[in-house]
Amino acid sequence: MTASLALLNPLWEPFSRNEFLRNALLGSTLVAIICAIAGTYVVLRGLSFIGDALAHGVIPGIAIALLFGVPGVVGAALGALVMMGGVSLVTSRVRLSSDTAIGLLFVGMLSLGVIITSRSTSFVGDITRILFGELLGVSSTDLAWQVVVLVVVASMAVVAHRPFVLMSLDDGLARTSGFSVRFFHSLMLAMVAVAVVGSFQLVGTLLVLGLLIAPAATGALLTRRVSTMMLAATGFGVLSSYLGLLTSYHLDVAAGASIVFTSVYLFVLVAILTIPRRLRGHRELPHQHEHTH
Amino acid sequence: MVIENYLISTSTPTDMSTSTPTISATHLDVGHGVHSVVRDISLQVHAGELVVLIGTNGSGKSTLLKTMAGMIPSLYGEIAVLERRPGSAPRRVAYLPQHPVSSHTLPLRARDIVAMGRYAHLGLFRRATSTDRSIVTEAMQRTGAVEFEHQPLRELSGGQQQRTHLAQVLARQAEVLLLDEPTAGLDLSGKRAVADVIASERARGVTVVLATHDLHDAESATAVMLLAQRVVAYGPPAQALSDANVRECFGFTQPH
Repeated sequence: MTASLALLNPLWEPFSRNEFLRNALLGSTLVAIICAIAGTYVVLRGLSFIGDALAHGVIPGIAIALLFGVPGVVGAALGALVMMGGVSLVTSRVRLSSDTAIGLLFVGMLSLGVIITSRSTSFVGDITRILFGELLGVSSTDLAWQVVVLVVVASMAVVAHRPFVLMSLDDGLARTSGFSVRFFHSLMLAMVAVAVVGSFQLVGTLLVLGLLIAPAATGALLTRRVSTMMLAATGFGVLSSYLGLLTSYHLDVAAGASIVFTSVYLFVLVAILTIPRRLRGHRELPHQHEHTH
Repeated sequence: MVIENYLISTSTPTDMSTSTPTISATHLDVGHGVHSVVRDISLQVHAGELVVLIGTNGSGKSTLLKTMAGMIPSLYGEIAVLERRPGSAPRRVAYLPQHPVSSHTLPLRARDIVAMGRYAHLGLFRRATSTDRSIVTEAMQRTGAVEFEHQPLRELSGGQQQRTHLAQVLARQAEVLLLDEPTAGLDLSGKRAVADVIASERARGVTVVLATHDLHDAESATAVMLLAQRVVAYGPPAQALSDANVRECFGFTQPH
């Protein structure tokens, strides 16, 4: 009995013995929940690429903030606002296909961020921190902030759930149902921005996107309702946080990247495992009438 | 003639010729951006009437329906739906687009799609009641979508998806139905279900405007508008669907 328990030690001991790892697990769990909520709508609406652009658009803002000794969050928030304006402008005005324009916008912002940080003496440290976060240096203040971000994102989801779901089916349907597509589209971008700005300090701008997309996409493969998709996304996100941190501890590899890699790995695994079921689903369709009568 | 009019106006409580029209357009130009597709449309549709818009692809029938739904602004002239600007009465007008989305990633069951038809009434926060749920069930029964109500949209055939979207439109319990090719992709029983639905909606005073390229859909219409980037003809079916008009609209005579 004790021998078998001891065998399981590597699964929980790292967290019980190290406060920094416990905080990292708490922090990444909060990030996973935040990203599961926002990510569900991002995946439903097919906004992954815009999420990508937002996540990288905040980099110059953070870089400028760090240059002037202002908290990175302030710069990230400003960067997100600029990026949201840019994305809205591009999607409504530019004749160029919007993914080309958004792609350019995002590379432009990323390179601007690197240019600004390269002026700083601790260039490599800064840019690494922005891109990959500081998961192993999470303080209780950071955790408190994370809870605030979770409340904000969850409130936005509660208010806008119906228009968000309508828009994921069809913008026109949302409009003819009496909801302002322009307003709720902006609100969705704002929700992604809040999730990104609130999470980058832990998992970094490069990796927050992984937690935004991968668990929600995994959930979409397994569920047939939006509510269960969001629950599944939360489950996969939290599982990725735990497995990623465990891997990071035992193999001595980067924490944030391990979490995001785990979430993508889980997506691939589920996608492969559900291929037979999905194929069967399509083949069985013609028999539908026989079952129901 | 005068006597006939007198008889109609006394036998029906709502006199079609003098009551306020549910949809009214005067010298209306419709189109996208600055490019007009059809110019100078004038029509009046009253409660319980069915107006069928007929034309080929690009003839302007979908553009006119979208204008009535408030999806795109009108370019010139006047248009009022229920005496208001199009799109400003979402609870009272339901619109079925030509190609409702059939995404392969959305985790939504057929029933969830139909339940969205109640969102215009429920707004952001009001909870769906048992009344809402029975409205949804009834709408699905009428289009035959109840058989697969728990199936995800992504696993439904084109015809099943069309029945689902049509049930969503019915679930709104609107006074005006704007239907863009509602029978597209449907088999014979599906087409019959659509015809039954339209007939029973009209019987309870609902105004229906339907776009199609199938002349058969026009048989029970109050009025038909033939479109070919202009109004070729507008009037009662027997009058509007003359061989000359049909040939002008389609470029050839369709077998009746």
